[in-house]
Amino acid sequence: MSTLIPPSQSPWLAHRATVKEITPEYYGVNTYHLRIEPLPDQRTYDVAPGQFNMLYLPGVGEAAISVSGRNHDDDTWSHTVRTAGGVTRTLEQLGQGAPLAVRGPFGRGWPMEAAVGRDLVFVAGGIGLAPLRPAVAWALAHRSQFGRITLIYGARLPGALLYAREYDAWQQQGLQLQSTVDRAESGWLGNVGVVTLLVDRLRPLNPQQTTLFACGPEIMMRFVANSALARGIPAERLWLSLERNMQCAAGFCGHCQLGPAFVCRDGPVMRHDYIAPYLEVEAL
Amino acid sequence: MSTNAAHETAQFMPHTGLQRLIDVLCVRGYNVVAPKLSQGAVVYEPTTSAATIPFGWIEAQEPGKYRLIEDGEAGYFGYTVGPHSWKQFLFPPRAVVSTSVRTEDGWNVSPPADDGVSYAFLGVRACEIAAIEVQDRVFLQQAYVDPIYAARRERVFIVAVNCTRAASTCFCNSMRTGPRCQRGFDLALTELPDGFVLEAGSDRGREIARQLPLQMIADAQLVTAEQLRQRAVDQQTRSLPVDGLHDLMLRQLQHPRWNEVAERCLSCTNCTQVCPTCFCSSVQEVTDLDAAHVDRVRTWDSCFNFDFSYMNGGVVRNTIRSRYRQWLTHKLGTWFDQFDTCGCVGCGRCITWCPVGIDLTEEVAALRSESTP
Repeated sequence: MSTLIPPSQSPWLAHRATVKEITPEYYGVNTYHLRIEPLPDQRTYDVAPGQFNMLYLPGVGEAAISVSGRNHDDDTWSHTVRTAGGVTRTLEQLGQGAPLAVRGPFGRGWPMEAAVGRDLVFVAGGIGLAPLRPAVAWALAHRSQFGRITLIYGARLPGALLYAREYDAWQQQGLQLQSTVDRAESGWLGNVGVVTLLVDRLRPLNPQQTTLFACGPEIMMRFVANSALARGIPAERLWLSLERNMQCAAGFCGHCQLGPAFVCRDGPVMRHDYIAPYLEVEAL
Repeated sequence: MSTNAAHETAQFMPHTGLQRLIDVLCVRGYNVVAPKLSQGAVVYEPTTSAATIPFGWIEAQEPGKYRLIEDGEAGYFGYTVGPHSWKQFLFPPRAVVSTSVRTEDGWNVSPPADDGVSYAFLGVRACEIAAIEVQDRVFLQQAYVDPIYAARRERVFIVAVNCTRAASTCFCNSMRTGPRCQRGFDLALTELPDGFVLEAGSDRGREIARQLPLQMIADAQLVTAEQLRQRAVDQQTRSLPVDGLHDLMLRQLQHPRWNEVAERCLSCTNCTQVCPTCFCSSVQEVTDLDAAHVDRVRTWDSCFNFDFSYMNGGVVRNTIRSRYRQWLTHKLGTWFDQFDTCGCVGCGRCITWCPVGIDLTEEVAALRSESTP
């Protein structure tokens, strides 16, 4: 996969970018559509589903944000961001037209090619759907190459279900969506409870033919992985996208270490049997 | 290099040749850095004079203790390693990684200009060469290259010194990183009572050597040099057997010893600051008053700092136990996974400069001898 900044070059080089458009998702969460300027060469620049960028606001700092989509009509890349710290708050305040800089893309994404020919199960919790969205798009763009495609998605509230405007299109293209919320609101007729319950109930399931991608809170992913393993999905086809403090994104500031992994370099998407032993150890 | 090989290439340089070496390097444009006495310790600082190299000093090192001692037979390099390492010159404690300027078109981010400084390190011990090779793997041999380290590393000239004494905290022999300098130097010195045995390890080194006042070496001098180098082996009392270290670290993540060492560890970061291989850093924004010119400044950080693992409003490693465990299991365990080498070179600095005298060889021995409950 080609990247904007090829390996063996300075990871600190950043490219000019502008917020072209903002899609409010729900309270405190926005999708920023960023245009990199000048436009990178389409032949050499691409972002693999699951990779992330460092969004840089000079004077404020950086935030590692997964790329959540590509928009061919206006040449922008989407980044869905929860407003939490200084960088994300400033980004929200600056709004449309905000000048910033982008480093990346970094990291290893979802193994799309390796999943070809199998049933795909995406499991997302909350904003964890953002890094999975390009994988969903990739799978649906190559629909005939996959068996059953299922998205199990949980959010706190019905109003916090990310990208709800796109669900109809996804389903029309052959994705089965099962959603659940922690707390129902009036008018919600769907599931209430944790996503693990939906993984437990997934029918039909051909575990030996299934690849599962999960992204969400670590505790959620641990339980999802346990459910998936209990249902016979092999650990080598269970993939998790993890999060840690990242500063350099290139594997030499040390912050994002989890056991042997630099999450920025060896992840953020990692195979369950590789990383799970370290997720089990508290405060590692 | 065996004694026989040294026999063919080694030459003798009288003590007076040291100033000549510095002069030649300075003329070549090198910024010579050498040991110097400062505040009761041997540190590394730029110099143009052999007179600033501490002559006639050895040191006593113990866990949590460092004392310089005058010794008439110590020569120029009788001490071992102090609180400084060469890391501070190749991987500076503070460095600008990018500069952003606000324009009408948005932010223009550019890399810093290379300062162009060429360093010549004078007095690099075998464990320190090993440490530089470890950092080469971190900064040069992974997917990305750190441009600041790369520029400085490419130009550096290394004059190594073979240790002829060992401190009580040294354990390079067990780590197979010393005390003899085997590679990675341009010139290497072994100090004799009246001068040095000089060997060249590179073409650059041979070129510099041609300008030095060298003499044919006598067999007896080579024998003496070998005996003195052997003394640095024989004096080592600590050891850290490398075999099985990686698996041991990953097997003992829940060992009760982590609780015990956390009772003593102050999480002060001293060990990581003196360690010649620790590479953790953080980046801060430094801006002018109207925020139109912003430098990104990288500074050394430490996995012992509380907020080092800050994420999503919380800290992953929120206990001293978890932070000491991270440091030791990384240094001696997961470093192998990441860089195919041990992160420790056996220099003993972390033992000496720990204010409470925590000795990692002792911690490893405890992790080996006690089983997981």
